Amino acid sequence: MNTTVDNIVEVDSLHVSFESHVVLRDINLHVPRGQTVAIIGGSGCGKTVLLKTIIGLISPSRGTARFDGQSLTQLNEKDRVKQRMRFGFVFQNSALFDSMTVAQNIAFPLREHGRDDSRDIHRIVMARLAEVGLSESTLLKKPVELSGGMRKRVGLARALVMNPDILLYDEPTTGLDPIVSDVINELIIRTRGRYPVTSMVVTHDMKTARKVADRIVMLYPLSHLKQDESQIVFEGTPEEIDQSEDPRVRQFVRGEAGERLSAMNTDREEFGSL
Amino acid sequence: MASGTGSSTAGAALRGGGPVQAITDWITDLGGVVVRWVEVIGDVTMFSLRTFSWMFTRLPRWSTLLPNFYQIGVLSLPVVALTGTFIGMVLAVQSYAQFRALGFETRLGGVINMSLIRELGPVLAATMLAGRVGSAMAAELGTMRVTEQIDALESMGTNAIHYLAVPRFMACLFLIPSLTIMADFMGVVGGAYYSVYILDIDWFHYWHNSERFVTNWDLFYGVFKSLFFGAAIALISCHRGFNCDPGAEGVGRAATAAFVYSFVLILILDLFLGIFLDQIYYAIWPVTPTLI
Repeated sequence: MNTTVDNIVEVDSLHVSFESHVVLRDINLHVPRGQTVAIIGGSGCGKTVLLKTIIGLISPSRGTARFDGQSLTQLNEKDRVKQRMRFGFVFQNSALFDSMTVAQNIAFPLREHGRDDSRDIHRIVMARLAEVGLSESTLLKKPVELSGGMRKRVGLARALVMNPDILLYDEPTTGLDPIVSDVINELIIRTRGRYPVTSMVVTHDMKTARKVADRIVMLYPLSHLKQDESQIVFEGTPEEIDQSEDPRVRQFVRGEAGERLSAMNTDREEFGSL
Repeated sequence: MASGTGSSTAGAALRGGGPVQAITDWITDLGGVVVRWVEVIGDVTMFSLRTFSWMFTRLPRWSTLLPNFYQIGVLSLPVVALTGTFIGMVLAVQSYAQFRALGFETRLGGVINMSLIRELGPVLAATMLAGRVGSAMAAELGTMRVTEQIDALESMGTNAIHYLAVPRFMACLFLIPSLTIMADFMGVVGGAYYSVYILDIDWFHYWHNSERFVTNWDLFYGVFKSLFFGAAIALISCHRGFNCDPGAEGVGRAATAAFVYSFVLILILDLFLGIFLDQIYYAIWPVTPTLI
């Protein structure tokens, strides 16, 4: 794999652990500039941890996660801020600031990074709000007054406001109905069409992964792997994932409970005999 | 902390072996507790140093500072004033019988006002601040941690300590002297009202004795200590919020821990600052007036 110029994200031999609990083990992942990569996998396999390590919110135990050749956790405060302004992060539960209105939430990065002209800020906020399909009437609402789908869209508008080079989406469609989920998928695709942005989409929704991704990477929980097995169990295009012979991949893609259901039945029998 | 102690107790219950094994296990558990405490103290120290460093590097915007000043200072005033008034009156009730038995009831003003200004005013204002503001700060920041709002701040290139902890620290540090003076003032008024109008102590002698025994040093003594109390409340509460465990239970524990640790630290600081300030006082003024 080419590891030089074109890769905006380079993850090499990455290990992340919290005290004695290892979450990511020997992850190698390169994301070319402009590509949309979906990272799929079951709950607790470390998808979100991987995103947060790339943006430098979590420090690796070993290995490196570099963005444009630089590891954010090793930069000084000034350089880290400069690099983070190139990111847009859409959080799983939107992570909008409760105490602020929608307008203040979207304008927050602009004000924090030195824009003072209120009219200019209002213009940018309105443009971003329109891009995510929200009307002016939402501007003065607080996040608690919005539906889940609207909060996700405001989160996306806030992530877009600094014209990022890379967008990180953490479970963008979780908890939304199928129609709103598809609206969010369309927004991800349109955003990519509108801006030359690289996207990493963490999801366990196969419909989202198939629809938005150029490439799909599947992580597997370490608790179900042997010591010498790779945590990345699939890497390829959306077409290739449907052809995969790996039972772990097939089980996830088809959404089958498999041996976990057998384990539940065994538990039930054991409890029943008590 | 609680969960760690619980698990080690459960672990000890499961262990077998003889007395030597029991002693070894006990030493291991004790070592574990000591290591955890050293870690927590180190973590709080690093958090405090980062907060100081950010405060001197770049001041927060007024739009961030003012709401914190209002929330922490202005909204705490009524409750501090009310409790101060009652503490002043309670002091008069409690001291009157003993002073009257000795025939020193006119000296009541000296003892009430000295106790209020040196000890009760600052400690009371700090306790009210820890209860009203410290817990709320820990709960608010804890909720922001749990709902990833702190991660969101960092991801947008905003330093969370500078944006969230520094304004709260500055508000507590700069406004606790005002709250202390308010507690002192209302306590003095409450004590004087009860002594003069209810206990019928002579107005002139009450104030004359107060003036004799309470000096500017006593006022400085109380206000100086309050600065440390304010800093301790802000740092502990913000640290608890930033390191909140997940879920509603984690937020609840952070809020409780913020108050409990702040209160314990206020009392420890009160003792050591009292000893320190007394040493300074005796070094400057070797002879001091007595109350009787």
